[in-house]
Amino acid sequence: MDIDHYSVVAFAKSWGLFYLIALAVGVTVYAFWPGNRKRFDRAKKSILDKDDRPGGENDGN
Amino acid sequence: MISRLTVSERHLALFVLGALALAGLAMAVGGRGDPLAVHGVIVLAASLGLGFLVLSALFSPEPGESRLAEYYDDPTKAGIVLSLAWAVVGMFFGVWVAALLAWPELTFVDSAWASFGRIRPVHTSGVIFGFGGNALIATSFHVLQRTCRARLPDQFSPWFVLIGYNLFCVIAASGYLMGMTQSKEYAEPEWYADIWLVIVWVVYFLIYIRTLARRKEPHIYVANWYYMAFILVVAVLHIVNNLALPVSFGHAKSYSLFSGVQDAMTQWWYGHNAVAFFLTAGFLGMMYYYLPKRAERPIFSYRLSIISFWGITFMYMWAGAHHLHYTALPQWVQTLGMTFSVVLLVPSWASAGNALATLNGAWHKVRDDATLRFMMVAAVFYGLSTFEGSFMAIRAVNSLSHYTDWTVGHVHAGALGWVAMITFGSLYALVPWMWKQERMYSPKLIEVHFWLALAGTVVYVFAMWNSGIIQGLMWRTYNDSGTLAYSFIDSLVAMHPYYIARAFGGLLFLTGAVVCSYNVWMTIRMARVARVPAKGDVPLYGAAQAGE
Repeated sequence: MDIDHYSVVAFAKSWGLFYLIALAVGVTVYAFWPGNRKRFDRAKKSILDKDDRPGGENDGN
Repeated sequence: MISRLTVSERHLALFVLGALALAGLAMAVGGRGDPLAVHGVIVLAASLGLGFLVLSALFSPEPGESRLAEYYDDPTKAGIVLSLAWAVVGMFFGVWVAALLAWPELTFVDSAWASFGRIRPVHTSGVIFGFGGNALIATSFHVLQRTCRARLPDQFSPWFVLIGYNLFCVIAASGYLMGMTQSKEYAEPEWYADIWLVIVWVVYFLIYIRTLARRKEPHIYVANWYYMAFILVVAVLHIVNNLALPVSFGHAKSYSLFSGVQDAMTQWWYGHNAVAFFLTAGFLGMMYYYLPKRAERPIFSYRLSIISFWGITFMYMWAGAHHLHYTALPQWVQTLGMTFSVVLLVPSWASAGNALATLNGAWHKVRDDATLRFMMVAAVFYGLSTFEGSFMAIRAVNSLSHYTDWTVGHVHAGALGWVAMITFGSLYALVPWMWKQERMYSPKLIEVHFWLALAGTVVYVFAMWNSGIIQGLMWRTYNDSGTLAYSFIDSLVAMHPYYIARAFGGLLFLTGAVVCSYNVWMTIRMARVARVPAKGDVPLYGAAQAGE
C-alpha cells in the first residue's frame, strides 16, 4: 500500500482519537486511584516545610 | 564562586572552555568576512575570559564535604541577576520598537542595525529567552532541589547550562543586529547557534533526570512535571523546526529542510508550542511552587493539577494549525487546530482556577503582600489570555483578528500579564531566600512595581484591542461598488493614537522592571553589608580558615 496523504489522514483521524481517549481515561484513573491519595497529600503539603536542607540517607523512601 | 567548585570540576571547566575557545577560533578563521566570524570572536572572547576566571581560582583548596549538606544555589543566584539584566535590555528594545511604530524617525542612527526588522527580534528573544529563559533555569534549579530534597548532582553542569544558554542568547541578539535570521519567528538564530543550544539543553535535561533519581521524596511534585515537560518538549520542537542545511561550514546562512506549507506547518507547530511549553508549562511549574509557598497554603487540588498537566501537555501539541487559517494548509488540519485550541480552555482554566482557589482563605495576604498579588494577577491574566486564545483560534473570529494588532495584544496579555507577573512574583519570593534576608530591600518598591506593571499591561492590552479590531474592520469594509472602503494607509493613520498609547504602556512596564532590578540589587547589597560586620566579629584566626 502506498502511503499517501489520505492514508496519513485516516491514521490520524482513527488512532489519534483512540489514543487521546485512552490517555484521558488513564490520567483520570491515576489521579483518582484511592491508593495514590496519601502520596498526593504528602506531596502537596511537604513543599510547605520550612526545613531548607537536602534530605539525609534515611529520609523519604 | 569558582573556589566552591571541586578541583576536578575546575579542570573539567577549563577543558570545556578550551574546546569552546577552539570552536570560536575555527569560526573566526573559517568565517572570514561572514558574520559567522564575528560570532567566532565573541565565542573565543567569552571562553578565554571565563577561562581566566577559572584559572584565577584553580589552586584554591578543595571545598569541604559540608557543602553536600546544603543545596547548591550559586547558579540560581546568577540566573536571577542575568534574568533581570535581560528584562531591562529586552523591554528597552520593546519600548523602542513600539516607539518606532508611532514615530518612524526614532531610529536615531541612520544605519541598518537600528531598523525595525532587526531590533524587533532583539526585543522578542530578549524578553522570551533572555528574561523568561533565565528565570526558568534559575527557578527550576531551586524548585527541583527543594521538592526532591536532594542537592544538584554536581556543580559544573548547572553552570554549563546557565552560561551556555546566555552565550546562545548573546549570539542570537548580536546576529539579529547584523541582519542574520532564519526568518522563523522565535527560531531566528542560525544553525550553529541552534546546535549549541541542543547541547546545552541536553545537559539541562540530564541535570533534571539525575537529581530526580537522587530524590528523597517518594512522589515527584507537580511543578517538576511542568519543568520537565518544558525542557523535553522544547528540545523536540527546537530540533525539528531547525533542521536546516548550511550553505557551507564557513557561512552563517542555512536553508530549511522544509518548504512551502510543510515549512509553515512545522514553524507554527513549533511557534505555538513554544508558547505552550516555554511560556506556559515552565511558568506553571513556577506557579505551582511559589504561589502555595508564598500563600503558605497547599495547592487547592493536587488531583486537578495532575489532570490539567496531562491535558495541557497532550492537547497543545495539536493547536498550532490555528496560526494558518485560510492558508494552503488542508482545511481539516486547520479545523483540527481550531478544535484542540478550544478544548484547551478546559485544562487552562483548571490551572488558573486551581491557583485562585488556593488563595481562598488567604485574600488578606493578597491585599497586604504585593509579591503574592503579582502571582494572583498572573493567574487571572493566565485565565483571561487562554480564554482569548481559544476564542481567537476559531476560524470565523480569526478572520477578523489575524494579521491585526489584536494578536499582538493577546500575546502581550499573556507575556506581560501572565509570564512576567508570575516571574516577578516568584523572584520577589525567591531573592530573600537565596540571599538569606528577612525580606526584600523595599516592600514599598514592590508595591510601586506592581502598580506600574499592572497599569502598563492594561494600557498596552486595551490599546491593542482597540487598534486591532479597528484594523480588522477597516480591512473588511466594502463600499457600494464592492471595492474596499479604506486604503491600507487609512488604517495606518487610524492606528497612530493607539501606537502612542502602546508605547506608553510598555514604558510603564519597563520602568517597573528597572524598579525591580534596583530592589533586587539593593537586597543583594544588604546581604553583603550584613556579612561584613559578622566577619569583624569573629576571631581572625577562624575567619581566615573559613574564607570562601
